[in-house]
Amino acid sequence: MELIVASAIGVLTAGGIYLVLRLRTFPVILGMSLLTYAVNVFLFASGRLTIGAPPILSDDVTVYTDPLPQALVLTAIVISFGMTAVVVMIGLGAFLGSDDDHVDDQPQSAGTEQQT
Amino acid sequence: MSHWIILPIVLPALMAPFIVLAARYHIGIQRVFSVSGVVFLIGLSAALAWEVSDGSVIYYRLSDWAAPFGIVLVGDRLSTMMVLLTSVLALFVLLYAIGSGWDNRGRHFHALFQFQLMGILGAFLTGDLFNLFVFFEVLLIASYGLMIHAGGNDRLKAGVQYVLYNLIGSTLFLFALGSIYAETGTLNMADLAQRVAAIGPEETVGIRVAAVLLLLVFAIKAALVPLHFWLPSSYAEAPAPVAALFAIMTKVGAYAIIRVYTMIFPPDLEVTSNLLETWFMPAALISCGIGAVGVLAARRVDRLVAFAVVGSMGMVMIAIALFSPAGIGAALYYIVHSTLAAAVLFLISDLVRTGRGNVEITAQIPMAGTFLTAGMFFVGAIAMAGLPPLSGFLGKLLVLQASVGDDLVVWIWAVVLGSSLVSVVGFARAGSTVFWKSHGTTDAEPAAEDAVRPSVLSYTAVGGLFALLVALTLFAGHVHAYTTAIATDLFAPEAYTSTVLDTPGKLSTPKEGH
Repeated sequence: MELIVASAIGVLTAGGIYLVLRLRTFPVILGMSLLTYAVNVFLFASGRLTIGAPPILSDDVTVYTDPLPQALVLTAIVISFGMTAVVVMIGLGAFLGSDDDHVDDQPQSAGTEQQT
Repeated sequence: MSHWIILPIVLPALMAPFIVLAARYHIGIQRVFSVSGVVFLIGLSAALAWEVSDGSVIYYRLSDWAAPFGIVLVGDRLSTMMVLLTSVLALFVLLYAIGSGWDNRGRHFHALFQFQLMGILGAFLTGDLFNLFVFFEVLLIASYGLMIHAGGNDRLKAGVQYVLYNLIGSTLFLFALGSIYAETGTLNMADLAQRVAAIGPEETVGIRVAAVLLLLVFAIKAALVPLHFWLPSSYAEAPAPVAALFAIMTKVGAYAIIRVYTMIFPPDLEVTSNLLETWFMPAALISCGIGAVGVLAARRVDRLVAFAVVGSMGMVMIAIALFSPAGIGAALYYIVHSTLAAAVLFLISDLVRTGRGNVEITAQIPMAGTFLTAGMFFVGAIAMAGLPPLSGFLGKLLVLQASVGDDLVVWIWAVVLGSSLVSVVGFARAGSTVFWKSHGTTDAEPAAEDAVRPSVLSYTAVGGLFALLVALTLFAGHVHAYTTAIATDLFAPEAYTSTVLDTPGKLSTPKEGH
């Protein structure tokens, strides 16, 4: 169980970092999504892995799972979902406007030279 | 427990949807509500700052849940000072945005502006690390909207870069929070301070990773080299009033570093000792240098100012990296100064743009309103480059003074003085090319069509910021005494932690049965 979760986080993070380092918007956004999946699982695991236990503290329950990371993950999922939507829209706008989807600084300097 | 401390967050949070829902198509009503909201915020934050100015700590438990279980807002001298700085800056930026008409060039400027204020003020006031993440996200989401306000291809492209960079920062933040929670089981800052101190020397791997990750996240926000690459393009392409407001955003990162690395991971903590000395100071020195070189090399006024921001953040980080009460005191003084100076320069670069249609550092025909704008650029450059008589000079002097006795004092003096010289040259070159040589050009082109004289309100907003800079210079003794007192508080956080942890609330003492 630990091995599966740990390697899932590791593989997702590695794939995410590789894609984030690409030069074009679409792979970078995909990489960001992979990274957020990885971090969600990581946050989930930060409360220790417990199977089949209730996330409630009460006197008659001895084995329970930590409820806080689940709340944190929920917040993180909502935020990252919204952020991905925002970046897709801005990226799409930039691509449609300039017919170029590089995320690096090249178009900036080219634009400056055209103006001078 | 007073309820006042949550109002700086609630007020903009209510004002923004009100502006969107009730005043969507009426720019006049939006302006009235936005400005009056910010004026009220200034009164509120001044009252909060006054309340804690004797060194007391005020706090607010959301739903009355006691500290490690519920979220707390904490106001001490540091956070209330930053809140006051933010709201004062916001007023002048808002006046400029109205005076220059920037707020009417796209939709929802005022609503996003209020959300941005909510995020920034919340980040300063919260006493919980995860809540800090949430407020970071609030201010970032609003800043994405503000950044691409009024549209345009260059701005959208810079916006994509900015959003992606900050998304990666947010992801790193979550990784850091996950590892902190896995190691300590809490995210409340005061509780963390006690639990991290109790970690044994053989179990430090996780918490050290968390400390480094957290430092990386805050360094991204604070644009510390080599994590500064998002800043120049996005600040230069953002609408000028937005860039001026963003001047406080890098300081949110600096604030978070000060808060976390004096309270949770203090310099004398064995677990994370060497981390800051080894990595932080060299990075700060390089930031300072790169900022100065960028100022010298910039081909546009707005990019010049953006690099000046990088340099000034380097200066703040040098002072913070000393991690002494004198160093933090100097850093806080310089934070106030550089926020105002950067904001004023971004606004002036927009005055140049308004006057002649572009901000290239080339000799062009004289623009409308040259004399006033040139004079303002001159004063702003003096403030930013750190020449006497303005507060930049005093700030740098305080940093130099605080560094005496540090191991790296030679390097600090060399970099601070050298980078100041280079940025003086850079500002002088830019100013003389843009304002002075323009009178000597022979190939007189017709003025750009959109070149108009800036409005009186724009000049008033810039003048107001200058008045603040002058006041900061005149009352430097008082301000520095106050920031030194803040720094002394920070290195003795018992008042903070005991107020947060020992005040009873729901769940804190189950036996008494609430």
